[in-house]
Amino acid sequence: MARGAPPPRGVVTPATWPRDEPREERLLLLDPAARTWTDARFGDLPGVLGHGDLLVVNDAATLPASLRGRTEAGQEVEVRLAGRAAGGEWWAVLFGAGDWRTRTEDRDAPPVLRPGQRIALGGDFLAEVRAVDPASARLVRLRFDRGGPALWTALYRHGRPIQYAHVRAPLALWHVQTGYAARPWAVELPSAGRALSAGLRRDLADRGVRLAGVTHAAGLSATGDPALDARLPLPEQFEIGARTVSAIAAARAQGGRVVAVGTTVVRALEGQAARHGGRIQAGAGVTDLVIGAGHRPRVVDGLLTGLHEPGSSHFELLQAFAPRDLLAAAHAHAAAHGYLAHEFGDSCLILRAS
Amino acid sequence: MNIRGTSALVTGGSRGLGAALGRALARQGARVVLVAREEADLERTAAAIRGEGGLAWALPGDVGDKEQAQYLAGAAAALAGPVDLLVHNASTLGPTPLRLLLDTDCEDLERVLAVNLVGPFRLTKVVAGAMAVRGEGLVVHVTSDASVNAYARWGAYGVSKAALDHLARIWAAEMEGTGVRFLTVDPGEMDTRMHSLAMPEADPASLADPAAVADRVVSMILGSAEIASAARVEAAAWPGERPLRAAS
Repeated sequence: MARGAPPPRGVVTPATWPRDEPREERLLLLDPAARTWTDARFGDLPGVLGHGDLLVVNDAATLPASLRGRTEAGQEVEVRLAGRAAGGEWWAVLFGAGDWRTRTEDRDAPPVLRPGQRIALGGDFLAEVRAVDPASARLVRLRFDRGGPALWTALYRHGRPIQYAHVRAPLALWHVQTGYAARPWAVELPSAGRALSAGLRRDLADRGVRLAGVTHAAGLSATGDPALDARLPLPEQFEIGARTVSAIAAARAQGGRVVAVGTTVVRALEGQAARHGGRIQAGAGVTDLVIGAGHRPRVVDGLLTGLHEPGSSHFELLQAFAPRDLLAAAHAHAAAHGYLAHEFGDSCLILRAS
Repeated sequence: MNIRGTSALVTGGSRGLGAALGRALARQGARVVLVAREEADLERTAAAIRGEGGLAWALPGDVGDKEQAQYLAGAAAALAGPVDLLVHNASTLGPTPLRLLLDTDCEDLERVLAVNLVGPFRLTKVVAGAMAVRGEGLVVHVTSDASVNAYARWGAYGVSKAALDHLARIWAAEMEGTGVRFLTVDPGEMDTRMHSLAMPEADPASLADPAAVADRVVSMILGSAEIASAARVEAAAWPGERPLRAAS
């Protein structure tokens, strides 16, 4: 879509900037059992949930994952970190010349690099290409020229948050953090929890709704290569602590509902359960579980998420929680009623009524 | 709080009380990230801790710069794990010799507030939400008796520390029940570079050794469950009944 043009019918308009008052953002309540939806405000969330319910958030902080670089041949390249690989190396997706004002899918292809070639990332900061994906040359594995504190200092000095063509100005790192972010594992904002302000978290606690966290290395939302996009999400690292496992058990014991805040949390919890015979246990790992209509959730009862377009990988995941026709109808309703989409957009809670 | 295995972020960690606190925390088994502007001093301190078998990383940065708060908290969590213990020790006096308020430039007051007050606010803002989700965490504010006594020539510093004390009380009120606790420590007069800048005529022999003060502060942290959140404790008055045992 061109900037400024109205979105096509049936598409939810992208939010173009973070908003000031999360309570006023919109919340679509979708009850898959009753097959109904209701318009609400995000500030209504504490009243929708109840004593004993548990919200599980992704506490990964967002990295400044976009680095501008130059190849040894002098070509411009944008490096978007996709996640950590084994042995201190990183997965990254490369883009050609240009910047965030061009939609990811319209960006020039990057120069094709070979293992051993280096990318200069600002100052004396360098990355070496270690491997190139056989199916998509823009997916590479990198090794930086430093580790420990020096690597983090260089990443935060030279990196910027990944930017979006539908957002009206460059985003700072402050714009792309949740209110409970800890380790910088995510390369894009785990956006479902963005509107959970401290004030709302306090109201939820006063209602007897508990909050627990997992850490999940949320990956790239788009790569600009349709073949690579079809492989998203790539395997992602996660960690689930003992406290969260007991909070889930306590919610179960009280008849409360376990609500994942964001698709990354669904992936972490269901991925871990799938590795352990359907039971959730504390631990860390990498999940390649792709969730869709055929997946029967074993841990998660409901999902707080954004408004995801039919056809996207996120929309596929939602079908584990509600039938496709109901999701599509609710999405059309949201599009027709002025809901906003993407990182700073409105929310949808898919949850059977208590 | 239990210190062994926790991730501790200590600002102003290159010298004086901050360096001593980093060393004392590492001796108790903490994973320590030290922050300061001077890279060489900072790395020397971290290397000394590692030389004693402790876990320490040097993270150069300026707590007075808004753009660096995400970096400091993010890098610390990446290196040592989600921050469980945050020690706001960095502070600046402003220009020395200390001067009367009428002689204090507006920019100098702003800089002192940026480092001593706004910096701690920002770092707590970035880490305390995650502490609350984990249900535990401790934030220590290092203050001064200049926060409660109006000493001539200590205007910028005294105002920043008075506001810091109150900031800690408000944090504690707002986060009550989350498991995140706040402690304000007045270390007293110590033999540090800061003290000699402020009071060059003082006899070092009359001043406390920062290492001894750091041991007291660590003992407070170990016993912090018994101290009311937001309490302002003078290190010299801390009973020290709880003997400091080396972590086994």
